[in-house]
Amino acid sequence: MIHLRGITKRFGEYPALHGIDLDVAPGEFIALLGPSGSGKTTLLRIIAGLEFQDSGTVLLGGEDVSATPVADRHVGFVFQHYALFRHMTVADNVAFGLSVRRGKGRLPKAARQARAEELLRLVQLEGLGARYPGQLSGGQRQRVALARALAIEPRLLLLDEPFGALDAKVRKDLRRWLRDLHKQVGLTSIFVTHDQEEALELADRVVVMNQGRIEQVGAPDAVYMNPETPFVSHFVGETNRLPAAGGEIHFRPHEITLAADGAEALLVDNVFRKGAVWRAEGLLEGSGQFVELDLPSSGEAPQLGQTIRFNPHSARMFNADGDQTQGAHR
Amino acid sequence: MSVRATTESPVARAVLIAIALVFLGFFLLLPLLAVFSEALRQGTGPFLDALHTPDALAAIRLTLLIAAIAVPLNMVFGVAASWAITKFQFPGKALLITLIDLPFSVSPVVSGLIFVLLFGANGLFGAWLAEHDIKIIFAVPGIVLATVFITFPFVARELIPLMLEQGKDDEEAAISLGANGWQTFWHVTLPNIRWGLLYGVLLCNARAMGEFGAVSVVSGHMRGETNTMPLHVEILYNEYDFVGAFAVASLLALLALVTLVAKTVLEWRFSLHAGARH
Repeated sequence: MIHLRGITKRFGEYPALHGIDLDVAPGEFIALLGPSGSGKTTLLRIIAGLEFQDSGTVLLGGEDVSATPVADRHVGFVFQHYALFRHMTVADNVAFGLSVRRGKGRLPKAARQARAEELLRLVQLEGLGARYPGQLSGGQRQRVALARALAIEPRLLLLDEPFGALDAKVRKDLRRWLRDLHKQVGLTSIFVTHDQEEALELADRVVVMNQGRIEQVGAPDAVYMNPETPFVSHFVGETNRLPAAGGEIHFRPHEITLAADGAEALLVDNVFRKGAVWRAEGLLEGSGQFVELDLPSSGEAPQLGQTIRFNPHSARMFNADGDQTQGAHR
Repeated sequence: MSVRATTESPVARAVLIAIALVFLGFFLLLPLLAVFSEALRQGTGPFLDALHTPDALAAIRLTLLIAAIAVPLNMVFGVAASWAITKFQFPGKALLITLIDLPFSVSPVVSGLIFVLLFGANGLFGAWLAEHDIKIIFAVPGIVLATVFITFPFVARELIPLMLEQGKDDEEAAISLGANGWQTFWHVTLPNIRWGLLYGVLLCNARAMGEFGAVSVVSGHMRGETNTMPLHVEILYNEYDFVGAFAVASLLALLALVTLVAKTVLEWRFSLHAGARH
């Protein structure tokens, strides 16, 4: 569906993307995950045609659209801050893409209105067509933006931080709702996020980006369980790092076995309940490294000042160049 | 409620308000009243007669004509410049922003002189213009040019901050939905800026009708031909025709009042509109 080859982009002196290659299959739901400045939004905007790459090619459905402007790419784009037209009703917003169409593809007004209503039903905002965007909640506005993007029957849906401007509860509901909608509609979709939880929950595949490069592409489980680079290990999920001969050992807070003769000893400095587990934090004896551990909450809460001895039971070793030198399990 | 902590003492507040009101009354309200009372000193009859002289009528007509040409021109220019500056990146953008402010930073007399130097009899294009029998200086075209120059920052100055704040998202959304440039401007950008635009046009109009300095330099002060209302006021005043001078001046003052009321109404609509946005 989408094939990106060697996409590079600079903003003045600042390199935003260094040779991005990416393939997306039809119907896939892809997350571009990375910290701010990683180039993920720039990449999304290049796929949309809102921005143009300095070099490289963009293929959409086998067609080279590298130099095609956004208006001719037939992609739906959803903005972080919705970008709804505030002087138009919700229904007029949704129908905008249909009403600016000229020539033989133009639908009569009644058909455009019917289509807008149908889409509002799809995003569960039936009956709100006569309202103005200012009269809706943030979550409702984002769904209007989505309906508006879907109205032009795009071959691809692109979402830029779609939940970024919403509060936590609405964000969670909307996330579930979007996943269901994707199942229902089956449209190839790419969304940008800096929230790893969002990426792991929604996406079929996660593209982890850092400093204008793709660090790893894979299923959420694979990215979480087998991070290929120290950055991914650190950015996706929580990770403890231990200095070791020739590099660093990475392990998750839960990837430990408690043992009286364990190789590592944590001096507990802070304890709190984190969902179903106890989270104990503190410095390791010897190396002085800060470490977080998850302990079963069925047991007693760890005490401050207590020493917990443990062995990491699965860990990854990265050498100084960031290459993985040891398998996921040791 | 701990209101005290963040407000001045009642005495300080009263003193500050009093100072502001006295200042306002002395420098703004009193002159305004003086204009109207001087104009009506001998009753409404002489007041209306003064406005009905052929020269006064000609000055009013000319002022309206100048505004009718200069304001639409600057509206188009202001929108185009603001659009270019806020929606695109291009070399020379900073220079353009600085140039837009030039008429505000230059004395109006200098602005007028620029046009005399360019189009006057001894000016750069003077000989060519004389050859082709085109009159610019000491004629209506010169007044239009000077007025356009003086008033061109108003619309752009009003729109640039507004459009910067609104960003490009709405336009990008419209284009991604298949709208062309004109549709995007007409259906998305223009509705977003309409109150700011109207406000800028209002200020532009007030200045276009009231400009004295630049117009004075290029007009030649020919009665019934190249005298605008402000110039006519000066001539009458210099001839000790106080009723006539203040009658015409009162029209200009009335324009100022209408502009103020319209501005207040617009600001009120503007804030309602802005409030509904978030």
